[in-house]
Amino acid sequence: MMAVLLALVPRENRSIFRFGSIVATLGSLLLAIYVFDKFDDRLDEARGEVTFIEAAPLETQYGYVFTQRSNWIESLGVSFHVGVDGIGVVMVLMAALVSFAAACCAREIQTREKEFYILLLLMSGGILGAFMSIDLFLMYFLHELALIPTFIMIGVWGRGKDKGFAAYKITIYLSIGALLTLAGLIMVYLQFNTFSLVEILHATTFEDAIDHSLQHFIFGLLFLGLGILVGLWPFHTWAPLGYGAAPTATAMMHAGVIKKFGLFMLIKFALPVLHEGAQIWLPILACLCLGNILYCGLVAMRQKNLNLIIGNSSVAHMGFVFLGIASATLIGLTGAVMVMVAHGLLAGLAFGLSGYLHHQTRTLDMDKVQGLLTGMPFWGTLMIMALMAGCGLPGFANFAGEITVFFGAWKSYPIITGIAVWSALVIGAVYMLRTIRTLLHGIKGHDTPETEDIAKWQRLPYALLITVLLLFGFYPRLIADKINQSEATFKQAASAQSEKSR
Amino acid sequence: MDISLISLEVGVALIGIIILLTDLWTPAENKARLGWIAIGGLITVFCYNFSTFDQATAGINGYSKDGLAVYFQGFFVMAAILVILLTMSYASRVSSGISELYALICFALVGMCFAAGASNFIMLFVAVELITTSFYVLTSFERHRLRSLEAGIKYLIMGATSSAIMVFGIALIYGTTGTLDFNEVSRSLLTPAGLSMQLLLHLGALMVLGGLIFKLGAIPFQLWVPDVYQGAPIPVTAFLSSGSKAAGIVLIFRTLAEACPSLLDQEWLPKLLSITAGITILYGSLCALRQRNLKRLLGYSSIASAGYILLGIVCLDNIGSQAVLFYLSGYLFGILAAFTIISVVSEESGDEDISILANLHQRSPFMATILTLAIASLAGIPPLAGFLGKFALLRSAFGKLNDQHSSMPWLIGIAMLGIVISLYYYFKIIREIYWGPGLYWKEKKPSAEPLCCPRAAEIALLICLFALIGLGLYPEPILSLAGEATNNLFSSRP
Repeated sequence: MMAVLLALVPRENRSIFRFGSIVATLGSLLLAIYVFDKFDDRLDEARGEVTFIEAAPLETQYGYVFTQRSNWIESLGVSFHVGVDGIGVVMVLMAALVSFAAACCAREIQTREKEFYILLLLMSGGILGAFMSIDLFLMYFLHELALIPTFIMIGVWGRGKDKGFAAYKITIYLSIGALLTLAGLIMVYLQFNTFSLVEILHATTFEDAIDHSLQHFIFGLLFLGLGILVGLWPFHTWAPLGYGAAPTATAMMHAGVIKKFGLFMLIKFALPVLHEGAQIWLPILACLCLGNILYCGLVAMRQKNLNLIIGNSSVAHMGFVFLGIASATLIGLTGAVMVMVAHGLLAGLAFGLSGYLHHQTRTLDMDKVQGLLTGMPFWGTLMIMALMAGCGLPGFANFAGEITVFFGAWKSYPIITGIAVWSALVIGAVYMLRTIRTLLHGIKGHDTPETEDIAKWQRLPYALLITVLLLFGFYPRLIADKINQSEATFKQAASAQSEKSR
Repeated sequence: MDISLISLEVGVALIGIIILLTDLWTPAENKARLGWIAIGGLITVFCYNFSTFDQATAGINGYSKDGLAVYFQGFFVMAAILVILLTMSYASRVSSGISELYALICFALVGMCFAAGASNFIMLFVAVELITTSFYVLTSFERHRLRSLEAGIKYLIMGATSSAIMVFGIALIYGTTGTLDFNEVSRSLLTPAGLSMQLLLHLGALMVLGGLIFKLGAIPFQLWVPDVYQGAPIPVTAFLSSGSKAAGIVLIFRTLAEACPSLLDQEWLPKLLSITAGITILYGSLCALRQRNLKRLLGYSSIASAGYILLGIVCLDNIGSQAVLFYLSGYLFGILAAFTIISVVSEESGDEDISILANLHQRSPFMATILTLAIASLAGIPPLAGFLGKFALLRSAFGKLNDQHSSMPWLIGIAMLGIVISLYYYFKIIREIYWGPGLYWKEKKPSAEPLCCPRAAEIALLICLFALIGLGLYPEPILSLAGEATNNLFSSRP
C-alpha cells in the first residue's frame, strides 16, 4: 500500500508530466483493483488463522487487511498505520478511478502543467492515503494535504471573474470544518491517548468509555466540522461556487472524492466511537439533510449555468448520504457508503463532461449553449446518462444506493424519508430533465459556438466511469458485500439507534 | 569557576571581536565575505560545545546549563547562522560597516545564549540588556534611512521603558527575599516570613514577566513590533522575530517555573495569561488582515504567533512547554525563509509592498516554491513544520480543558478563530505569488524578468526548506529533544 503513496511524486519535465501523472494514477488504479479483488481472500485468510474472533488482532476484528504499521511520532502517539477495510476498499477504488479520469481530463490546462500535475497528484495521493489510514492523525493529515492544493488550483487555473473570491471562500469554509474536526479528534485522543482508530473503537465497545455529556459535545464538534467539509445545509454555499470556478480536474477530484472524506470519517469514526453522543444529533442531522435535498434541489432548478446545476445537485445528493448516516442502521449505512461511491463516480463524470464542454465553448451558460446532442453524440449520450443517473434512474449505482438508504431510514424517520423520496424523484427529475431539454435537445441558437465531439482515445476515462457506474448499478452486491465486511464498525455505529429506541 | 561551561558564549563573543579585528585588514570589497568566518566559527563553537555537554553539570552561580538551555542555545545559533547568511545577501544594500553588523549579531547571540541559561535575576537582566542594546544599534543600522532611524528610536524608548519595569520588578524581588538566585527566591517563600511578603514578590515577578513579554511582542507591549519590523533592515527584523522572541520565552519559562513556582498556584495567573494570549492572537490576526507592507504583515503575524506561544505557556505544564519549543523551531524556519525571500525580492525595487511578489513564480520558481511552503507552514498547513507546531499547542491546550482554568475553552476558541483569520492574510501572499495583479496603483504589468537568488540566501533557503519539510514529516527527534528539555521544568509543581 505504501507504493500507492510513494508512486505519486514525479519530478520531470513539461509534457512528460501529463503522461507521467496519467501513468501514476493508472498505476494506483490497477493497484486499487488488485486490492479490491484480493480483499475477500486476504480477509478470510486473516480470519481463518484465528479460532476466536476475540483473539484476533484488532485490525482483523474490524475487518482491516493489507495493514502496515510503523512508528512515526511516538511522543504524540501517532503511527503510520494503513490498511483497508470494507468501506475503505470501495472508497479507494472509487478515488483511484476518479483520479485517473481527472488526470486524463486535465487537457484544458495549457499553462504551468508541471505545477498543476504535481498538485493533482498530491491531491489524489493524499486522499487515497486518507481513505487507507487507520491512524486518525494520519487520516486528518493526509486529508488536509489533499485539501490545500484546491486553493492554488482554483486561483491559478480557475475560470470566471470571481475565482479569487471562490478560492478564498472554499478554503476558509473547509479550514473551519477541518479545524473543528481536529478539535474533536484531539478531545477523543485525550481520552484514550492513542490515535489508532481500531484501538479507540475497541475501547468504546464498553459502555461509558467517554462521559455522556462530553460525548454530546465532541460529536457536536465533529458533526459540525465534518458537515462543513461535506457541504451540509446550511454550510454548503462554498460548494457550487467553488466547483463553478475550479478547473475540471479539480472539480472532479473535489466533488467526487475529497468531499466524501467528511462522510467517511463520520461513518468510520464519529458514529461508532461516539454512539451515545450521536443520539441527540442524529435527528438534527436528519432534518438538515432535508435542507440539502430540498433546498439545493430547488436552487438547482433555477440555475442557468451547467456547473452550478451539477454543483447544487451534488450537494443535494449528499443529503441522501446524511439520511443514511442519520438512520444509523446497518442497511442505511451500507446504502450511504454505496451512494458515496456512486456519487463519486457520477460527480467525476458530470464535471468531466461539463469541463469538456467548457473547453470547447468557453461558456457553460445554458442560454448560449443549446441543442448539443446532434453535434456531439457521444458527449451528449454520456451527459444524458449522467443526468439520468443523477435523478436516480434504476440501473445506475446511484439508484441502488439511494433505495438502500430509503429502506434503512424508513423505520426511524418515515416522514423525512417520504419527503426525501418525493423530492428525489420530482425535484431531481425536474432540473435534470430541464437541463437535458435545453442543453441537449434545445434549438441551436445562432450564437451557439461550434463544438466537436470527444476524440476517440479521449473517450476512455468517461467510458470507464460510466461502465463502472452501470456495473455497480446492475450488480450492487459487488460493492455491498465488500462494505458489509466492516460490519463490526457498523454494528457499533448502529448501537446509537438501538439505544435510542430502547 | 569552570570556564568551559560558558565556552559557547565566550566563543561567540570572540568570533564577534575577531570579525571586528579582521575587518581592519580586509579590503572593502571582501568585507561581506567575513560572514563565512562568522558562520564557520559559530558551527565550530557550537559543535565543540555540544559534544562536551553533559547533563550532570549543574552550572555555576547564576548560570545553569541544562537541557532547556542547550535546546535554546542550539535554536539561537541556528537562527544566527541563517540571519548571517541573509545578511551576506543583503550586504550590497548596507552602505557602511557590514562587519559591524556581523559582530553585533554575534554579541546579541551571546546575550541570548546567556539568557537561555540564566538562573539568577542579575544574569537575566544583563542578558536581556545585552540583547536589547545590540538591537538598538542594529535596528537603526541604516542611518541614511529615516524609517530605520525611527525604528531605532522607537525600539530604544520602548525597550528602555520595559527594562525599567523589569528592573523595578527585580528590585521588589530582592527587597522581599534578599536574594537574586532563582532557587533561593523560590525557597524563601517556604518560610513564614517569606509568606507574608508573598504579594509584593508576586508583583515583582509580574513586572519581570512584563519586561519579558516586551521581547515576545505580546499585548500589552506589542506597539513597537510593526513599526520596528518595518523600519529595521531585513536581517535584523528576521533576528528580532526569531532569536529575540525566543529569548523572551525561555526567560519566561525560567522565571515562572524556577524562580516563582508559588506564582503557578495562584488562580489569577492562568486567567491573566490567557487574557493576554487571547487579545494578542486577535489583535495580531485582525491587524494583519489589511496590511500591504510585507514586513508589517509579518510583524502582525508574529504578534499573533506570540499569542499562540502564550497559549502553550498558559498550560503551565511540561507538555505545553514542549509544544512551545517545537512550535518555535518550526516558526524559526518559516519566518526566516519568508524574510530571506522578501529581502531578495525587495532589493530590486526597494519597495516592500506585497505586490512586488507578483509573478514571482515565473521570475524564480525556486523562491516562489519556498515562499509558498514557508507561508503555508506559518499558516499551519500539513505536511509542514508549522502544522505540527500548532497541533502540539492545541493538543496541550485541550489537555487543560477539564482543569479549573475556566478561561481555556474561550482561549481555544479564539486561537482557532485566529488560525482561520490567519489563513486569509497568509494566503494573500500566496495569491500574490501566483496570480497577483502586480503594482496596482501604477497601471503597470509586473515584471517578468528572471530574478536570481544570491548564493548565501540560496543556502539559507535550502536549509529552511529541508527543515520545514523534515520537521513536518519526521518531527520525532526535535520533539523528543524538546520533551527532554522541558522534562523537569514544571516538576516542582504539586
